[in-house]
Amino acid sequence: MNAISTSAADTRNPMAPPHATHKFGLLLKREFWEHKGGFLWSPIWAGGISLLLTAMAGITGEVMLRRARDAGEGLNVNGSHMSINGLDLGMLTSKMSPEDMRQLGGAVDASLLVSSLWPFIAMTFVVFFYCLGALYDERKDRSVLFWKSLPLSDRETVLSKAVSATIVAPVIASIAALVTMFGFLLLASLLVLGHGGNPVQLLWGPGRPLSLAAQFIAAIPVYALWSLPTVGWLLLCSAWARSKPFLWALMIPVFGGIIVSWFDIMNVFNLQASWFWENVVARMLLGTVPGSWFNVAHFGHIDTDGPRAVSQALNLQSMYSVLLTPQLWIGVLAGAAMIVAAIRLRRWRDEG
Amino acid sequence: MNASNDTLAPVISARNLRKAYKNKLALDNTTFDVAPGRILGLIGPNGAGKTTALKAVLGLIPFEGDLRVLGRDPRSERDELMNDVCFIADVAVLPRWMRVREAIEFVSGVHPRFDRARCERFLHGTQLKPQMRVRELSKGMIVQLHLALVMAIDAKLLVLDEPTLGLDILYRKQFYQRLLEDYFDEQKTIIVTTHQVEEIEHILTDVMFIRDGRIVLDAPMEDVGQRYVEVLVNADRLEAARALKPIDERSLPFGKTVMLFDGVAQSQLAALGETRSPGLADLFVATMKGTYA
Repeated sequence: MNAISTSAADTRNPMAPPHATHKFGLLLKREFWEHKGGFLWSPIWAGGISLLLTAMAGITGEVMLRRARDAGEGLNVNGSHMSINGLDLGMLTSKMSPEDMRQLGGAVDASLLVSSLWPFIAMTFVVFFYCLGALYDERKDRSVLFWKSLPLSDRETVLSKAVSATIVAPVIASIAALVTMFGFLLLASLLVLGHGGNPVQLLWGPGRPLSLAAQFIAAIPVYALWSLPTVGWLLLCSAWARSKPFLWALMIPVFGGIIVSWFDIMNVFNLQASWFWENVVARMLLGTVPGSWFNVAHFGHIDTDGPRAVSQALNLQSMYSVLLTPQLWIGVLAGAAMIVAAIRLRRWRDEG
Repeated sequence: MNASNDTLAPVISARNLRKAYKNKLALDNTTFDVAPGRILGLIGPNGAGKTTALKAVLGLIPFEGDLRVLGRDPRSERDELMNDVCFIADVAVLPRWMRVREAIEFVSGVHPRFDRARCERFLHGTQLKPQMRVRELSKGMIVQLHLALVMAIDAKLLVLDEPTLGLDILYRKQFYQRLLEDYFDEQKTIIVTTHQVEEIEHILTDVMFIRDGRIVLDAPMEDVGQRYVEVLVNADRLEAARALKPIDERSLPFGKTVMLFDGVAQSQLAALGETRSPGLADLFVATMKGTYA
């Protein structure tokens, strides 16, 4: 009988032989499939709407300028009253001093930054709620049992979610932000052209769109590391909470902060309660806000104020100075520890 | 077949499993073996510990005791084990947002033993289309998809926990028929739990009854047929029949009584009246008497 069943095994082989797998890539893809609306469409919509609003504001401005001209009113520019037919930017540019040009550059950078902010704002919320639901929703709808029926370790699965939150979502949002930024620049160029100005001279030259773009890309690793405590904390809550992960995630750090403030516990370490709020509570909850690391960055010497200070503060050196701070690395360790805890919880949590 | 299977290592070997929930013992010194190439029905009343036993086998929960599945401890070696083990937990656990083609692409990419062509062949002839999302499917279609995914995986052990819950009879019949015709062979072992005992008893090779976390019956189906006999006893033979200690009796109209005997010789029983092999459902009811009392 033995002989028969083994020979039967040799002949009866309807299955294809084992093939190679690419588990982690597919796990990332699976997160993207499920959260396409949040990861892809919400930054695109946010950028698109901000462009639309810009275009509408531009058109409104045009209309008002035209009305003002028709009414024969003058325009105040730098204190000197000029009565012009419309706005002649070409003439304006020719009268600008080098310092004026630098200030203009700062203003252009600042408005580029603001225009590209919307995809990041969308991403901030998307990543926050994505992490909160990542390990909770699958337990709620019991699909965790399907994922666990496949040869995927809990480590791979949870890590794929952490990578989706810290890298995939920011990369997509950055691309959307860059597209929005150049769209804004294009709209502004059209406006400038319409008024006889030279967009290269007025916008592309004084502003630094390419350098800003490079910084958006360069900020992604800083974002990934800086957001890790928040991502870890939210994933942990998501893996642990039996219900209402949002309330737990919010209440534990906030009540911790209140208790610390109330009893002045931080005095034991010769620290203010604000230290706890800033270094613990905020790091657990606000880490998904891009640029929330500005508090610890070293900006070097900023010798001016106004819009130009913004563009001066935005440089690679000050951004990567964050990588040299203990705040970042302690946060990374804390985040990693919480992710490990989330992995263990997912491994042993008994649902339904 | 038995002879060849006995020489092989058991697929599952469980010794003294213990698992306590807050105020209930779900597994109470549970001990059993499952040989390869069998279809085992794990049958028990609600809350008897069926699902807990299966979860232990699948490494989903911590427990006490010694358990080997395909030679591995599901607690510490789950990741390796899942290459050879597959399960359908119950209907509708497929993620609702997923599309049919995404499900196929995903399983194909993460499971080394998934045969994509086979899966597509199973789906051919169903109403499932690649673009459809799980949330748009009926319960029966979700199970068709899940079964197609699972049957395309060349696993050594397949665990089905109430796989046909909530399905109509057409889907249920199709489910088990598919499983038997297109999937099962001597290299595979299937464990299935269900409340629809009558529908699966003809496909089972082994049966296990579980009650309050203990295995109360563990036998091949052939043995069940020999060991348990149902007798249609005439009214005048009642006393004689009762002397043989039936494990169950129930009255029928027209003065006849059906009695169920455990391990009483056929010849002895034939004198009492018409004999027959009991259905698994009757046997189950007799064995589980007083469970909810």
